[in-house]
Amino acid sequence: MPATFPADSVGLVTPRLQRFDAPVTLSCGRELPGFELVYETYGELNAAGSNAVLICHALSGHHHAAGYHSEDDRKPGWWDHYIGPGKPIDTRRFFVVSLNNIGGCHGSTGPTSINPATGIPWGPDFPSLRARDWVLTQRMLMKALGIEVWAAVIGGSLGGMQAMRWALLYPDEVRHCVVIASAMKLTAQNIAFNEAARQAIVSDPNFHGGRYLEHDTLPRRGLALARMIGHITYLSEGGMRDRFGRALKAGDLTLGSDAAVEFQVESYLRYQGDVFATRFDANTYLLMTKALDYFDLARDYGDDPVAAFAHARARFLVISFTTDWRFAPARSREIVNALIAAGRAVSYAEIESEHGHDAFLVPIPRYQALLSAYMQRVAEECP
Amino acid sequence: MRRVDLALIMPWIAHGARVLDLGCGDGDLLGMLRLQRDAEGLGVDIDHEHILNCVAAGIPVIEQDLNEGLGNFGSGSFDLVVMTNALQTLRYPHHVLDEMLRIGREVIVTFPNFGHWSCRLHLALQGRMPVSKFMPYTWYDTPNIHFCTVRDFDILCAERNIRVLDRLVLGADHTRNALASRWPNLFGTTAAYHIAR
Repeated sequence: MPATFPADSVGLVTPRLQRFDAPVTLSCGRELPGFELVYETYGELNAAGSNAVLICHALSGHHHAAGYHSEDDRKPGWWDHYIGPGKPIDTRRFFVVSLNNIGGCHGSTGPTSINPATGIPWGPDFPSLRARDWVLTQRMLMKALGIEVWAAVIGGSLGGMQAMRWALLYPDEVRHCVVIASAMKLTAQNIAFNEAARQAIVSDPNFHGGRYLEHDTLPRRGLALARMIGHITYLSEGGMRDRFGRALKAGDLTLGSDAAVEFQVESYLRYQGDVFATRFDANTYLLMTKALDYFDLARDYGDDPVAAFAHARARFLVISFTTDWRFAPARSREIVNALIAAGRAVSYAEIESEHGHDAFLVPIPRYQALLSAYMQRVAEECP
Repeated sequence: MRRVDLALIMPWIAHGARVLDLGCGDGDLLGMLRLQRDAEGLGVDIDHEHILNCVAAGIPVIEQDLNEGLGNFGSGSFDLVVMTNALQTLRYPHHVLDEMLRIGREVIVTFPNFGHWSCRLHLALQGRMPVSKFMPYTWYDTPNIHFCTVRDFDILCAERNIRVLDRLVLGADHTRNALASRWPNLFGTTAAYHIAR
């Protein structure tokens, strides 16, 4: 409970809402009849409008990337370790834009919003989404904010996919593309984990075919289970061993003891699942995981990543983490190799970490130093 | 390799060349090429400090272990592949040389000359592996696991059908002095080869 905020925090931030009244055609062919985006900005846009940085969020992310919403907030935004005055994405130099994507459940138009055609929440009828739909709508926000070119588009995981899509679709509007713990497409194993999570949700008796809001209920157990499955895959075996080991939260395993046994890791996972189920929408989870599964950077370029990246103009920084098995370093190296073959400028580092996929959110000195050094160059190039 | 040494191989590098620098260190060579040759380069290194310094200098750099192969680089995908003072640290220098000649149309490689008279004298008189300011490591704890001489490298090139386009052997004072030019394998401290297939 920070009475005053840390000196390297952006401090108190207020989300803003941008309304778009014109209908937008999505990649599935359906039309979204107007929509709203909730977003936050940190830092000041310079006179030339050249220092804007877009943060693309991952599966369960949202617009609140840095700072605090109130003095009573226990925790800052989800990427506060990396955004702020003096931090790698230095808000003294950059104008940082962070939004909640459409289909989300934190204030932007999504499955919990009212469908104007029916007067009830969209629920399962919300159009299916691809990463490019987010890029398209992010770009509409960009124009509304008076930004012509991003100094950098930055994203981890699913956010990295959006950043790469940006570089291909709007090559003249992205100077630098920072892709962290991401992939050009998911592996079968990765899709399998997403499907197990989705099945957990849809098999919850309270799911009601996605119309749980109309039934005045929530598929909490299914969503919690989905999050538990996901959460395991975001950690590494070693990280879990170090953090929980076989420590018991309750009971004991001595002979003759009949007390109910609960491992620390069980308690932790259940808690994570339960917390998530209270703040996330099940239909959004389905939408976002499907967008992840559908993403294939090179599909429209003859399945050739080199041909795809030949369309990009940005300079790239690609970062992976040693124990990340959900978006393994090998996936990042595929990105890097395609970029090299396409003749793009790219830097790549593989950061040692025990934090698995979650490492991209965690403060790691080498990762911080590298991103700082890169962003400093980006800042120096801002006219 | 020191900046003065790098300056000596500059004339071998064409304007606008696409250069791959294996074991690029802090990116000194690629930085010089960017300024003096308008050449866009890519560095490869494994040392965290080197990678950070390259990124800070705006030099594209890839974290990759040269000993684990260079199969990720396409054949003929670079005009020039450079390796300064790293050949002797590799597990299989001859395989890496083959790979460099596959990836680049031309290759520049530099290495310390183990045939220098001081090495020979050290081994002859003391009967021990040379340790000097120039080669400061003990034999059991050194990154330099494959030292060679200028003559060794000439023979390797002949055996593997590698064309030597240019050769430069520097003396102890880091210049092309008369002794090093006349007797390179005896008076040369650093050798630089410009080669192709």
